[in-house]
Amino acid sequence: MKKVVMALVFMVFSTMVVAQEKNKKLSFEVDGKCDMCKTRIEKAALGVKGVKYALWDIPTHQLTLIVDERKTDPMKIKTALVAVGHDTKELKASQEAYDSVHPCCKYREDDSDDSGRH
Amino acid sequence: MKRIKNYIAIALWVLCPALSLSQERVEGMVMEANDENKHIGLSGANVYWLNSQIGTVTNDTGLFSIPYSKEYNKLVISYVGFESDTLTVDEPRKIHHFLKPSNVLDEVVIEQKKDAVQKAYFSAQNVITVNSAELLKAACCNLSESFETNPAIDVNFSDALTGTKQIQMLGLTSPYLLIAQENIPMVRGASQAYGLTFTPGTWVESIQITKGAGSVVNGYESISGQINTELVKPLTDKLLFVNGYANQNGRLELNTHFNRQLTDKWSTGFYIHGNRRDVEEDRNNDGFLDAPLANQINVMNRWQYQNPSTGWVSFINLRFLNDEKQVGQTGFDADRWRQILGIDNATVTGVPVLGEVEAWGSEINTRRFDSSVKLGYVFPALPFQSIGFQASYSLHKQDSYYGFRRYDIDHESLYSNLIFNSILGDTQNKFKTGIALAYDGYEERVDTQNFGRTDRSVGAFFEYSYEDLEKLSFTAGLRIDTHNRLGTFATPRFHLRYTPWEKGSLRFSFGRGKRAANIFAENQQLFASSRSIQLLGEGGSVYGLEPEVAWNYGVGFLQGFTLFDRPGNVTVDFYRTDFRNQVVVDWENPRAVFFFNLDGKSFANSFQIELNHEVLKNLELRTAYKYYDVQTDYRSGRLQKPLQPPHRFFVNVGYETEPKENGSQWRFDYTLHTLGEQRLPNTDVNPPQFRLGDFADGYSLMNAQMTKVFSKRFEFYVGGENLTNFRQPNPVKGAEDPFGANFDTSIVYAPIMGRMFYGGFRYKL
Repeated sequence: MKKVVMALVFMVFSTMVVAQEKNKKLSFEVDGKCDMCKTRIEKAALGVKGVKYALWDIPTHQLTLIVDERKTDPMKIKTALVAVGHDTKELKASQEAYDSVHPCCKYREDDSDDSGRH
Repeated sequence: MKRIKNYIAIALWVLCPALSLSQERVEGMVMEANDENKHIGLSGANVYWLNSQIGTVTNDTGLFSIPYSKEYNKLVISYVGFESDTLTVDEPRKIHHFLKPSNVLDEVVIEQKKDAVQKAYFSAQNVITVNSAELLKAACCNLSESFETNPAIDVNFSDALTGTKQIQMLGLTSPYLLIAQENIPMVRGASQAYGLTFTPGTWVESIQITKGAGSVVNGYESISGQINTELVKPLTDKLLFVNGYANQNGRLELNTHFNRQLTDKWSTGFYIHGNRRDVEEDRNNDGFLDAPLANQINVMNRWQYQNPSTGWVSFINLRFLNDEKQVGQTGFDADRWRQILGIDNATVTGVPVLGEVEAWGSEINTRRFDSSVKLGYVFPALPFQSIGFQASYSLHKQDSYYGFRRYDIDHESLYSNLIFNSILGDTQNKFKTGIALAYDGYEERVDTQNFGRTDRSVGAFFEYSYEDLEKLSFTAGLRIDTHNRLGTFATPRFHLRYTPWEKGSLRFSFGRGKRAANIFAENQQLFASSRSIQLLGEGGSVYGLEPEVAWNYGVGFLQGFTLFDRPGNVTVDFYRTDFRNQVVVDWENPRAVFFFNLDGKSFANSFQIELNHEVLKNLELRTAYKYYDVQTDYRSGRLQKPLQPPHRFFVNVGYETEPKENGSQWRFDYTLHTLGEQRLPNTDVNPPQFRLGDFADGYSLMNAQMTKVFSKRFEFYVGGENLTNFRQPNPVKGAEDPFGANFDTSIVYAPIMGRMFYGGFRYKL
């Protein structure tokens, strides 16, 4: 009996170790500069299956996410972000995608903080 | 399960490399470098092509697979706490790579507590928020007077005696609104007539006005809109606040707030309000007081608990109110009258004998106790998920008489609701769900007739809201309630917002409301008349009448613009309320007031166009035109609602000087209300001298106010109301013989008080 309990405990414990979190908090930098970028970034992140919550902070450029790790990973989210024209540390938006952002959002030319505008 | 999947993945990777390669992919494994050269897979490592849009992360066992592209040949492998490596990869192949632990952390994740960030997305509901700066524009005195500068709400006069202001939205009076205080229904039941005067203006932090059906979360009763009042909070309000006010007609007010933060989690506040008028004021010389002799003491104690690390927040509220009003003829001796009516000694000795010169008078005395507890829990790791619980208990006792007519109502109320907020998938799909319990015990006496009743209800609600963050959002709510008098019924409500272009917002809504009309409490002004009260019920569940049911539909458009570099907006909206049943209050016969179930149609159409613009620097203009078409099938046929001007025009101009470093500035505010002609209730059967004609002419009212802010601590204000001195000529019908058949104080379409000046100060610490 004891052994069974031990085995069960071990199984539960070991699955916990490898378990990917349902509500994992992530944070990384995404380039952008204004409220319009904010909407675009958050919308792109939320468009990725498994992303539950997205909040991009204009001054720090930090994108805070809550994701279901079983369904997504940071690279998938970054792929979605570069697809709408926003650079991340690892992946860079194609010229075509970057050209598609609104003129006020051209962070590569001028990375000033335009929070509260647009 | 997970492990099995991984085994399968490994097996596939080992067994079918050719298959994978045929898809032109680069595959491999990222491992932690170690002395024994063991294969320790690194899961969650970044693998991506330099300056590309293509990347992946390694799985649980360190394996990865990334599409190969001829454009890129630098493959970057990075992981927090390890040195990044860049490999040159010219063809699809397999990669085994060891990452060296880095001594330098190249990426530090700092998780810091941030203030709850409220996203200012456009709401699906048509919500207008009135902040404290706006509230200062009407310096006096309580919630009922806070809407003078807001075109969404119309302020009417309820009667010729009490000076109470009655509010209307979309052409319907306040009983058709849900008036809540911090989301707990407040002005309802027995407090319907005077409840708004029981919240002092300085206690109010902000007001949210929702036009149309509104949310299902706070109940099923609202029909034309919802008003929610947020009170000042001990943690954020000033340590000390003192406000004094006096006006020309002898009204004095004093408001004081004391707030203390006790620990880093607990704060408390004491709020004391007193107002009184001892001066008898009869400027129109009709023998009746223009404003009541009044005396109110209102004390509130709040406790606020906040613990950001555990996510718990709580509020505890206690409030006690004593309000006394005396109205009627000047020189009325209330003590003697109470003896005549046998109120104090409770022994009624037959029909009282009146002296030759007995004066007519009325007293309305209210005592009220309120208490509420709110408890909220935000899941610390999940900012989008929370649980809220609120419970309130109130006891309201009103003792009143209007000449010989006595009206007493006690209302004991319990209300509780539990809300769970969360998301479906992601924060674009949110929901609120919960249950609500309510108990209302009424002891009500009109003269000698007893109308006591007990209402109990339990309900459950679910509200889903979708937000695509750009163009579209909607809220769809449904609640099911079961009520001992209203039966079991569903309340659906829906709101949608669509943004067709920049700064434009199209709104659409519909919803249902159902309520039990408290016919006496809501129509108390009719007691101060010689009208006989006639209940023409047919065995319904509330006063023999059926519950009121209505649908409300609305459509509106908001367009923001920039003119001369300054912002502005234009709003156009149209709402219609269709009653399926209504308790019709018919006073088209000057001798009586009839209450009966609607037989036929009753509707209210409202159209409003509003323009706001900062015309010059620091000069804000707000202007609106409103059209109402409110018709009901009365006993004498379909008529426009009496005392409801179909046309209204409103202008408010505010100007502020730039504040200096110490906060000193001047503020000016001017408001104009123009009301078109109003239909008067029918008085044809009266003797000629008491007939009023069919319509009252239109008129304009002007208010102005000036505030001098000396510093952040002290400011002084003066103002004037009704500057054109427009007054209704004979507000009290049959004033010469108040005990006679033609006495009526209920037909009031214009101010009774003439021009009036006031002044006051505010001191903050």
